[in-house]
Amino acid sequence: MIWRAVWTSHGPPSYFIKGPKGMKFMPCSYREWVIERLLIAAAMVSVVIIAFIIITIFRTGLPLIAEVGLFDFLFGMHWRPGHEIFGIFPMMIGTLLVTLLSMLISVPLGVLAATFLAEVAPDVIRNILRPVIELLAGIPSVVYGFVGVIVLVPFIRTYFGPPGFSLLAGSIVLAIMALPIIITISEDAICAVPKSYKEASFALGATHWQTIKNVILPAARSGILAGVVLGSGRAIGETMAAIMVLGNIPAIPDSVLDPIRTLTANVALEMAYAPHGPHRQALFATGIVLFVAISILVVISNRLRRGQQL
Amino acid sequence: MISAHEKIAELTRWVTSPSTHEKTARAVMWASGLTVLAILLVITGFVVIRGIGAIDLEFISAMPIAGGREGGILPMIVGTLCIIAISTIVATPVAVASGIYLTEYAGTHPLSKIVTFGAEWLAGIPSIIFGLFGFAFFVVLLEWGFSILSGGMILACMILNETIRTTQEAIKAVPGSYREASYALGATKWQTVSRVVLPSAAPGILTGVILGIGRAAGETAAIMLTAGSFMALPTSLFSSVRPMSLHVYLLAIAEIHPGAVARAFGTATLLILTVLIANLSSRAIKNYYTRGLRQER
Repeated sequence: MIWRAVWTSHGPPSYFIKGPKGMKFMPCSYREWVIERLLIAAAMVSVVIIAFIIITIFRTGLPLIAEVGLFDFLFGMHWRPGHEIFGIFPMMIGTLLVTLLSMLISVPLGVLAATFLAEVAPDVIRNILRPVIELLAGIPSVVYGFVGVIVLVPFIRTYFGPPGFSLLAGSIVLAIMALPIIITISEDAICAVPKSYKEASFALGATHWQTIKNVILPAARSGILAGVVLGSGRAIGETMAAIMVLGNIPAIPDSVLDPIRTLTANVALEMAYAPHGPHRQALFATGIVLFVAISILVVISNRLRRGQQL
Repeated sequence: MISAHEKIAELTRWVTSPSTHEKTARAVMWASGLTVLAILLVITGFVVIRGIGAIDLEFISAMPIAGGREGGILPMIVGTLCIIAISTIVATPVAVASGIYLTEYAGTHPLSKIVTFGAEWLAGIPSIIFGLFGFAFFVVLLEWGFSILSGGMILACMILNETIRTTQEAIKAVPGSYREASYALGATKWQTVSRVVLPSAAPGILTGVILGIGRAAGETAAIMLTAGSFMALPTSLFSSVRPMSLHVYLLAIAEIHPGAVARAFGTATLLILTVLIANLSSRAIKNYYTRGLRQER
């Protein structure tokens, strides 16, 4: 049961693990070997789950896309499951619009708040604001949706006109929900900018704001972008709040006061009663579109965040 | 006398001067920081103030009457607790083991990159996709039906990433000297990990588990497609339940009824309190623990 420390300046043994500073520990015990395999197996679970998700969703959804035709499915203007007409274009537009609008609200607010937290805020405010943002991130989406239904929707109905359930209401709710992600990741990015950059800028006589604007924010750019991408991922994937305030009509809206339906809402609303068959398959196919979109965003944000570390 | 010309010049100077920019920028940043604070206070305050009145002993201990418009929410509380228990019991060992592998064993092994990216990917996947997967896999393929078990398993998948990340952070915070001391005493790698590193990292891991519970309590979309919405006390792992979060949704979309709205506020308040308690307790544990580590150093 003893690990022999081996200096491997010559060829590696058949099985070894890296230890500190070039020293390699060779396991001499079967038990250690088994434990490491078990740990690897546990670590692979998240990858396996992803694989299972891909397999199940694609297996159910792809046959329908093949039957309807990818083009007709993606760009079909009508969604009438009763007549087996499946076009998700209005829902894609709905998701796109609500995401863009919510980002329009939350990105400026989020980045400014992150800069405030990282650079300007006194310690007292910082110590209040950080837990508050954590709490904001933890509040269930159904609570945001509920507040939207009780407060925001009647407000919009009264002051801007019916129906109240609208693109505008959804954008505001989703903007609030994306704020914590954008703030946290942007703040990390801003804090990761080397202090010497800031000192050099001050030494040149720049004011604090000039330093923030010309040095710190450009240096933190890719990290902030990663936060924005993840935030829009959250807005695209949000389901409960979207169902509750957006009105769920699968049509392309004429104004921000029209109701829309997102891809997520389409799945969540109809899964409950969709019978086994093409309708249910079409919902899984909607899931495929959603999954692909989110995966692209995850890859982009991953690249961006790695970009800043370099 | 100052001419209009000079006044304009002065104004231009004031507008373009760096110190004015500095003041404006500061004001804008303060405003946005305080806006974020106000948003949270308004949302939680609004829900809690209207909901706290609805919470009494009857509310948390009685069965619902008339589709939840009257009576209490006992089955929803029990359902939420059961689903949380299953997801935590399933996810914690797996997440802790992957955290240990990633921080202590993997090093620069290519596998660690794959696993880290996989966990990150998993974290980005929206809950409705998990719902679809859980429905097709647990509910239909494994024939578990709409049940506590299906819901708990899908939630386990969803909280996995967060627990892995907190475990990694907790293990990284354990000073290297602990490990070196253990190796110097002749301990094996696993002995070091299990008897030195894990006990020191345990409080940090606990905070991750608590945060996972907070998140699991509020999850709705995935649960809707896996646990059903049956309003009765569960009798086995395979009974369908209606968690609190789903109850809020179903009450909110039903026709306006004062009893339903009051109970929705009450349930939403319980959810917010759960998240609040989870956040506060994990923060308290973390503070206590980091202070202890610093003293030992």
